[in-house]
Amino acid sequence: MTIATLYAVCGVMLFGIGFYGVVICRHLLRKVISLNLMGSGTFLVLVALAHRTPDGQPDSVPHAMVLTGLVVSVSATALALASLRRFHRETQRTELSLHAERRGTDDA
Amino acid sequence: MTPELAMVGLITLPLAAGIIAFVVRRVAVVLTIVVASVQIVLAGHLAHSVFYQGRLRYEVGGWGAPLGIDLYVDGLSALMLLMTALVGLAIVVYSPSYFAHPRSHHSGEYFWPLCLFLFASLNALFLAGDLFNLYVTLELLTLTAVALIGLAGTVDALAAALRYLIVAVTASLFFLLGVALLYSSYGTVDLHLLATKFQFDLPSRCSIVLIAVGLLLKTALFPLHYWLPPAHAAAPSPASALLSGLVLKSSFYVLLRLWFDVFPYADLRLVGHLLGVLGATAILWGSIQAIRQTHLKLLVAYSTVAQIGYLFLVFSLTVETTMAWSGAVLFAASHSLAKAAAFLAAGSLKYAHDSDRIDELAGAAQRQPVTIFAFAIAGVGLMGLPPSGGFLAKWMLLNSAVTSGRWGYALVMLSGGVLAAIYVFRVVAKSFENIDPIASCPVATRPISPWMQWTPLALAVASLALGVLAYLPLGLLEIGAPFSPTSGGGTP
Repeated sequence: MTIATLYAVCGVMLFGIGFYGVVICRHLLRKVISLNLMGSGTFLVLVALAHRTPDGQPDSVPHAMVLTGLVVSVSATALALASLRRFHRETQRTELSLHAERRGTDDA
Repeated sequence: MTPELAMVGLITLPLAAGIIAFVVRRVAVVLTIVVASVQIVLAGHLAHSVFYQGRLRYEVGGWGAPLGIDLYVDGLSALMLLMTALVGLAIVVYSPSYFAHPRSHHSGEYFWPLCLFLFASLNALFLAGDLFNLYVTLELLTLTAVALIGLAGTVDALAAALRYLIVAVTASLFFLLGVALLYSSYGTVDLHLLATKFQFDLPSRCSIVLIAVGLLLKTALFPLHYWLPPAHAAAPSPASALLSGLVLKSSFYVLLRLWFDVFPYADLRLVGHLLGVLGATAILWGSIQAIRQTHLKLLVAYSTVAQIGYLFLVFSLTVETTMAWSGAVLFAASHSLAKAAAFLAAGSLKYAHDSDRIDELAGAAQRQPVTIFAFAIAGVGLMGLPPSGGFLAKWMLLNSAVTSGRWGYALVMLSGGVLAAIYVFRVVAKSFENIDPIASCPVATRPISPWMQWTPLALAVASLALGVLAYLPLGLLEIGAPFSPTSGGGTP
């Protein structure tokens, strides 16, 4: 197993742990952190894959993808945290319950 | 104007306008309406060029496929662009009076830039020629959609937006991991190059599963639909129309594009059947839930869950024929028009009554005849009665279900139509109930502006017209269709 494969496997494992957290954790902050963990796992896989060219030169395309992905991830996290704070301020809750918002009817 | 200019314009124009609309709030409404109108012209021009010149590819900055970002358009993309422009313009024209509601002055301000960003990301998605670009545009779309859901600012809306954000970002990461695996195997993310290199080995299987899971989450296929009804019901009605009419179609478009243009769909029969079965379940489950709802907007949202099911039948039906494929695309287009009309009509009723309880609709047919008429016509499209586009699309799907010997699907599709009739008639019948003018006090309703009355009707009539004029979209779809003999399949 090369170092690159090891990194890629670690990335996939991080992704898995993150996904587990998103599904299992009920606290919203934990969910957001888990999402970031999933993202980091994916980026690690991409970085590991950049090692793939035969002449030893790193492939720049996955690097560019990771940079773009990071920007997206930061924006999504910021939006999530802002909505979360607002949600907490309005309800004093840190968890979503599906049945409480089932009605989901108020608009405008 | 060259088609390349139209392609670039479709992305940059709404994006730039969105930024301006965010900074200079005063011009936002006018700017959005102008951009939405220009968008129609650009999309129409592009569709016209595709129809007469065939598929188009534009290398942005002249870099070319392996390194640069290519824009690509064929009949399918052109039709989706046209649909976005048409539904988008109708919603944009409808919205100023909706947001004039005294309770909504905050949400209205931000609706316009978000609407423009949504157009930009949708257009970019339909024009994207590579997987990574698809990921970026899907993510842009997600962030805009989250903001649109939370626009109302109520606790329900916030909770729905948060849930959607978590689901959609998870889905995007699944998609991105799939893309990463594909890139590691083939060294490219360009759809055309991938299609020529694709082999059905283990890493590719894993990436197909990852990508499919991500897209199914985003498209809300049963049983991954749980986030959709609260989200679409809690958003302001114009935003609901955008989400149900356009945003959901975008992830379905990506799946359709990958499945038939890039992946070896012939080797994916088993997964296809699974998607078909889930789709059939979605039709029944969504319709039954829609019938059970007490609020109009939730009813329309559950109807979306059901209608999404029809789209997924295509993965199980296709037997080397364009029939089911074109049927599914036509269904998506027809659903965009009908569902946007239904949500806008629901918005008008809610605006007038200050509530969207179905029980309180009695007498609405007398007070808001145009709106109820629009809802009923949209219902015809949702039920799939002739001459609507929904009917023709369903007929094409039925036809291929029967020719491929899948009678179960045919049965589900027919009963889906009956169930749709039940939930549409429930609303319409209630609105025709007379309230005794003496016994009950007159219901206080707010007057609805003509825009809010006639735009839903125009969209609903367009969904009917789609059935009559179906030869136009179907002709356009043949260009670059995966099974079409002229194109030889796939991307150029």
